[in-house]
Amino acid sequence: MRCKKCNTNAVINMRHHKLALCGEHYGEWFLAQTDRAIEKYKMFSRDERVLVAVSGGKDSLSLWDALLRLGYQADGLYIGLGINDPAPYSDVSLDKTRAFLESVIASREAAKQSPTSDAEIASQTPLAMTFTPTLHVVDVQETYGKTIPQIAQEKNRGHGKPCSSCGLTKRYVMNRLALEKGYTVLATGHNLDDEAAVLFQNTLRWQTQYLARQSPTLPASHEGLVKKVKPFVRFYERETATYALVRELDYVYDECPHAVGNLTNFYKTLLNQLEANSPGAKLSFYLEFLRARGEGVFDGFNQQDQLHACEVCGQPTTAPGRCAFCRMWDVSAIVQ
Amino acid sequence: MQITFRDKTYETKPNITARDAIKKIGMEPEAVLVVVNGKLVTDDVVLREGDQVKLVAVVSGG
Ligand code: SF4
Ligand SMILES: [Zn+2]
Ligand SMILES: [Zn+2]
Repeated sequence: MRCKKCNTNAVINMRHHKLALCGEHYGEWFLAQTDRAIEKYKMFSRDERVLVAVSGGKDSLSLWDALLRLGYQADGLYIGLGINDPAPYSDVSLDKTRAFLESVIASREAAKQSPTSDAEIASQTPLAMTFTPTLHVVDVQETYGKTIPQIAQEKNRGHGKPCSSCGLTKRYVMNRLALEKGYTVLATGHNLDDEAAVLFQNTLRWQTQYLARQSPTLPASHEGLVKKVKPFVRFYERETATYALVRELDYVYDECPHAVGNLTNFYKTLLNQLEANSPGAKLSFYLEFLRARGEGVFDGFNQQDQLHACEVCGQPTTAPGRCAFCRMWDVSAIVQ
Repeated sequence: MQITFRDKTYETKPNITARDAIKKIGMEPEAVLVVVNGKLVTDDVVLREGDQVKLVAVVSGG
């Protein structure tokens, strides 16, 4: 397979786009598509400060990399979950995230010293040259006293996976840190395969409320909630992985040990079997959903829950009294 | 010819496409990328005897 632009060997063939590209042209295409999605779904502008949730995996590091190369003011947030058994997943993830940031800063410094040495960086906006990204690290154990496996063990009495405790904690910490540090928008690295798997799950159960809310951009619908965006929603997972390889990003290859065998991965496999026989099936499943949603098909199901401030932390919640996070962590006074 | 994926090694006949080889060892072509002799390639590439073939899972991290 040859690159459509320059006829050298292609690194990827995107059957659903009828497009094969070499590494160099793929990198350009990927950045342009990212920028288009940011514009199309009205995510953010170059004047805004964006907080990227980074896990050290291929999607989030690729997202941070792409946003910085596109000249956005993107900082990172790493949440230390304390998942280090049986393998040091969390520790390795933080190391790789830090190493990524160091390499970005080093290459920007080098570009400042000799502006023409790196044609790619030199071609970027002046803002991209002067902006120095930072990484916020919130360690759950340091802040709240326990690791995710520990709190989950307590709450689930040893049954099941820690994923619901983990998800609740991550959403809470992301929102809270974004607000406290003055970011207008929180970006996550969800790709089309992630979204299609969730869509499939919600459709199988006709979870109309969830369907009504599934969107590339979730506006800050209430005071105390930050706007949430997913700039990679139009990329297949193999496309974000290809970008990470082309850019030689050193990401965490192994998944979280608790992700093995989860339902999302099962749905991803099913959808990939469909895709293999019918190229473009995943893309149209998701994009046609967005079209229908945009036409208001699910509007009647979008119940605006009554939100009020949690009596402990002040974050918006539907629960009376303490929010779900404060109840789970048994927080009774404000922790900073 | 040998194909490695994570810490496993599979044995297949040479002179078939990477896509066919992936299916032969029971994996999903959509779910892996193919690296031959250190280079990322498309899965229509024909694998030859002596090639170093590594499959990279696309699902990882988050
Ligand atoms: S797989 Fe579960 S425990 Fe692991 S990071 Fe994801 S939500 Fe958390
Ligand atoms: Zn090319
Ligand atoms: Zn609270």
